[in-house]
This record gives sequence, C-alpha cells and structure tokens, in this order.
Amino acid sequence: MLKEAEIRTFVEGAMSYFEVSAQQAATVGSPYLVTDGNPGAYDYTGVIGISGARKGIVYFSAPRGMLAVLLMRMHETDTSDENIKDLVGEVANTISGNARRDFGRNFVISVPTIVSNDVDKVVAPYSKSYVIPINWRRHSAKLVVCLE
Amino acid sequence: MGNLGLDRTLKLMIVDDSNIIRRRIERSQQIARLEVVGSASNGREALELFKRTSPDVVTMDLTMPEMDGIECVQQLVALNSKVLILVVSALADKATAVEAIEKGANGFLCKPFTDRQLNDALHQLLLDA
Repeated sequence: MLKEAEIRTFVEGAMSYFEVSAQQAATVGSPYLVTDGNPGAYDYTGVIGISGARKGIVYFSAPRGMLAVLLMRMHETDTSDENIKDLVGEVANTISGNARRDFGRNFVISVPTIVSNDVDKVVAPYSKSYVIPINWRRHSAKLVVCLE
Repeated sequence: MGNLGLDRTLKLMIVDDSNIIRRRIERSQQIARLEVVGSASNGREALELFKRTSPDVVTMDLTMPEMDGIECVQQLVALNSKVLILVVSALADKATAVEAIEKGANGFLCKPFTDRQLNDALHQLLLDA
C-alpha cells in the first residue's frame, strides 16, 4: 500500500522546482486514484523508474505551454523542443533526488526517461495510479505515482 | 585564496548534461573574478576540456551519461589537486554529498537552486580555498 508520506515526498520534489527555479510557487490540486491503468499524460513527460524496496514508476507530465513559460521565468529565451525536454528531465531529476534523500539508497531510482509528443508511450505498469494535479499560473501538469 | 592567487582572473568550467543548467550557471554567476572558459555535457567531454583549458574552478553535475560526476571529480583531482570543484546535483541525500567530498569535491549545491544560492556557494568555495 502506498503511504501518504511517500506521495508527499514526490509532490514536494515537483513543487520545489517551481518555487526555487521559477521563484513562483505551484499549487497542488485534488489527488485522485486511477484504476484502469491509464493515468494519462501531457505533451512532455519525465519518467523515473523505481526498483529495490518499491517497484514501479513516477512521472511528471506537463503541457508545452507550461514548460515554455517556466523556461522564460528562468530567463531562458530558447524554448526549443530540446530545451523543453531538458527542462522536464530536470523536474523529474529533482523529484528523484528528493526521493533518494527521504528514502535512502534502498529505493533505487533510475535516470529519467523523456517522452515527448507521444502520450501512448507513457505506460503505467500497474492498474492503480495516484494522480496529483500540479497547477501553476494558468497551466496544469500532473504527477503520477504508480508503485506496486 | 592563497593557492589561487589574489589578483588574477580565475577560469570556470561548467559540467552538466542539461543545456539549460549550463546556460543558467553561465548567466547567473556573478563572481567578478570568474570567467567561464567552457562547458561540457558529460564527464568524458569535461576531461578533454579540462586538459585544454586548465580551469581553476569547476561546477560538476553528478548524473550524466558516458562518465558520471563522481568519477569525473576523481579524474580531475588526479590531474590537478588544486582545482576547486562545486558539485551541483539534484541528488540531495547526505551519502552522495559525502561521497563527492571524499572523492575530492570542495562544495555541494543542491538543484534546484536560486541565483543567490549559486553565487553564495561559489563565493564560499573561493573563500575556503
């Protein structure tokens, strides 16, 4: 059973990226449980694989518009596809680093895989996923936690 | 700053697999004596650049393809034991920071970071030298 504290660690990782890098906090929407194995994704997704004490994936997925504005808030004028993928990977890295700090090295976390413009390639390994909406400015992203 | 000299410009090399982080560090660092001499996207590139440019200060990511940051730190220190290395990484656990310091890094800055945190960390690195 997924513990609330585990989910909180992943959420804090995502939130800290907005708060520190963009100097503008995001807000957490109402989390919900998806049971059909299809939690969905936006244009760009950073997927972290988890093994060891827990197995599964955690991913951060966001629309292009949100990521482009986030880049601009960081004074980055190049909003090319490469930089957007780079950014979503950095958010995923931050989530991953936060998890490693809180869970220790028993929680083995992979380098993020980036999926862009191909929602079907973002596949949840189990039927149940927790989806946590992350709202920032006028945009919404989602953090998906799908662990065994 | 005895080892580095008080009056000369210090050369900074930036190592990170993220283009936006490399550009961000270059844009945000405001230490007057630091001049960016180049950037690399993995440990192997960093070693080549290090040999060509002989930087005094390096910012080093840890999770990178080809050669990771920990191994790169070791190799840079083997080439020049006086180089100052600031690890800049999302790996926020204490064990990782300790390992980096043991291998020869001089400071650790967690990602994400603000411009001020970056400059404070670089300033502290130079003060401690």
